[in-house]
Amino acid sequence: MKYAFYPGCVSRGACPELYSATIEVCQILGIELDEDALKGASCTGAGVLQEKNERLGDTLNARTFAMVEKSGLPLMTICSTCQGVMAQANQRLLKDPEYLASINEDLREEGLEYKGTVEPKHLLWIITEDLGMDIFESKIVRKLDGLKLAPFYGCYIVRPSEALGFKENPDRKQALELVIEAVGGEVVDFPGKTLCCGFPILTINPENSVKMVANHTSDAKDRGADAMVTPCPLCHLNLDGYQPNASSMAKREIDLPIIHLPQLVGLALGIEPGKMRLNKHIVSTKKLLTELAVSP
Amino acid sequence: MQVKINVRRYDPESTDAVAHFQEYQMDMDDASTILDALIQIREDVDGTLSLRCSCRSAICGSCAMRVNGEAGLACNTKIIDVLPKDGSAITVEPVGNLPVIKDLVVDFQPFWKNVKAVEPWLQPEGEEPETEYLAPDEDMLHLAGVVSCILCGACVSDCTVMEVDENFLGPAALAKSYRFVGDPRDGSGEKRLHDLNQSGGVWDCTRCMKCVEVCPKGVAPMDRIMVLREKVMESGHTNTNGARHANAFVESVKHTGWLDELRLPIKSFGIFNIKAMIGLIPLAIRSQRAGKVPPIIHKKLPGSENIKRIFDKVEGKK
Repeated sequence: MKYAFYPGCVSRGACPELYSATIEVCQILGIELDEDALKGASCTGAGVLQEKNERLGDTLNARTFAMVEKSGLPLMTICSTCQGVMAQANQRLLKDPEYLASINEDLREEGLEYKGTVEPKHLLWIITEDLGMDIFESKIVRKLDGLKLAPFYGCYIVRPSEALGFKENPDRKQALELVIEAVGGEVVDFPGKTLCCGFPILTINPENSVKMVANHTSDAKDRGADAMVTPCPLCHLNLDGYQPNASSMAKREIDLPIIHLPQLVGLALGIEPGKMRLNKHIVSTKKLLTELAVSP
Repeated sequence: MQVKINVRRYDPESTDAVAHFQEYQMDMDDASTILDALIQIREDVDGTLSLRCSCRSAICGSCAMRVNGEAGLACNTKIIDVLPKDGSAITVEPVGNLPVIKDLVVDFQPFWKNVKAVEPWLQPEGEEPETEYLAPDEDMLHLAGVVSCILCGACVSDCTVMEVDENFLGPAALAKSYRFVGDPRDGSGEKRLHDLNQSGGVWDCTRCMKCVEVCPKGVAPMDRIMVLREKVMESGHTNTNGARHANAFVESVKHTGWLDELRLPIKSFGIFNIKAMIGLIPLAIRSQRAGKVPPIIHKKLPGSENIKRIFDKVEGKK
């Protein structure tokens, strides 16, 4: 299994632990990553660029898709936001051949053309669908028995469900739960798991943003979660980085580690926590690792 | 088919007025909707259950409620489509973000207050024409989706911002605003955009797409909010964190190919916003300690000149 790897801006910026964990995990799972294919691929626009100019966003993503096609490999993302924004762009490009043709006009100068064959796919779905749960479970060496984990999908990997192929792949609705159960964890279900983490309005309305962090983390904690797992680095940045602010706002202790999906998988695959930079979180993972009897 | 329906009940006049769930075991047809079941409960099983409904055809917008935690119209939600696989009950609750009056009936006053705040009527400029106001078809087509809104409140119910902020106008009112901002016959666009640029307006949306997902009529309120943001910026209102955020983001991708996470918050708040800059310090220290600071020198991606060329080309088309 080999993929053209699109790491996204955040895993190369404020979440280097996501990048490290992904590389480690994919090695053990036998998922080969081609990092050169998309070296010059731009940011997806994250929905922000699209606020100013949707066509511009679609052109940049078509350019990335054309690079993916050139590599002859399927596409792998590790960021829900990249996943969602790419899927929406792809939907617009594929439903209107005239639109796609006019976008391709602007790519021609670089020798690129998007033919329409790419399906952006997050590592989460690559594990549950391409690798398959049986093979995944066969690679697990350390069952995280009894660990209570709250899944946090956020928005872009669940909505709009139509662009993300939920109809054709109904298991995508419970993909995180499938992984949590496979690694031996206990799912702590809570209504906030598919709501907004608050990150997109962090610089626009910080109070609302931090309130969202407080609501989700406190709720999961009160339902008994030891940690929260997310496939989105932006959700991680807010739920982890702003948890101290949320704690002050809610006037209570929260102390809920926010684990990236590949970090959780890596723990079950026996990867040393330090290699996945689990010691580099704002909310400490120390207690969690001690409970698991893994030295940090 | 046998189904269990778990309905959230609340009666302010009962001696113990606390919201609670009540389960009903019902025998329904495969073609039945949630509304069919609720009406059957009210008529045959428990006459005290209160709900609103009228047309039963997804036209009137009266029967919006949450089914298994997600808002929609009870009359066009088939039981068979929402039946949990494990045989557990279907949960039915009133819409969210509006005060409950009794059982599934909510008070729509806050909803109407927000809709009225965007002045949802045509405000033409100049002299009244002798016959009617004329608008070319092609200028009205983009409004076809938004005029389908039946004001059912599903989007407001599940709006993740309204859940934390009652000051937000919300998806229904903002989509309604778009309907007039985008109408070629309307003359008060400038004033509308000025108002939408204020706190509680277009910039407070988180882009979570909940409203797009739950709207039973395909209005896609969030997409309208994004167009309104574009129009707000185009009309010269750029002195907001939202506009600065969008501009800084675009500039970063244009010149380097990817996002400069370090400078984005600084540029969004504005470097001269001393209070916000001080507010960023604790996070900066926490991130520094955890080794999570993005690269100080933001390097260009290889081939970023190609990205810049695309920007120049596509931006030139606007």
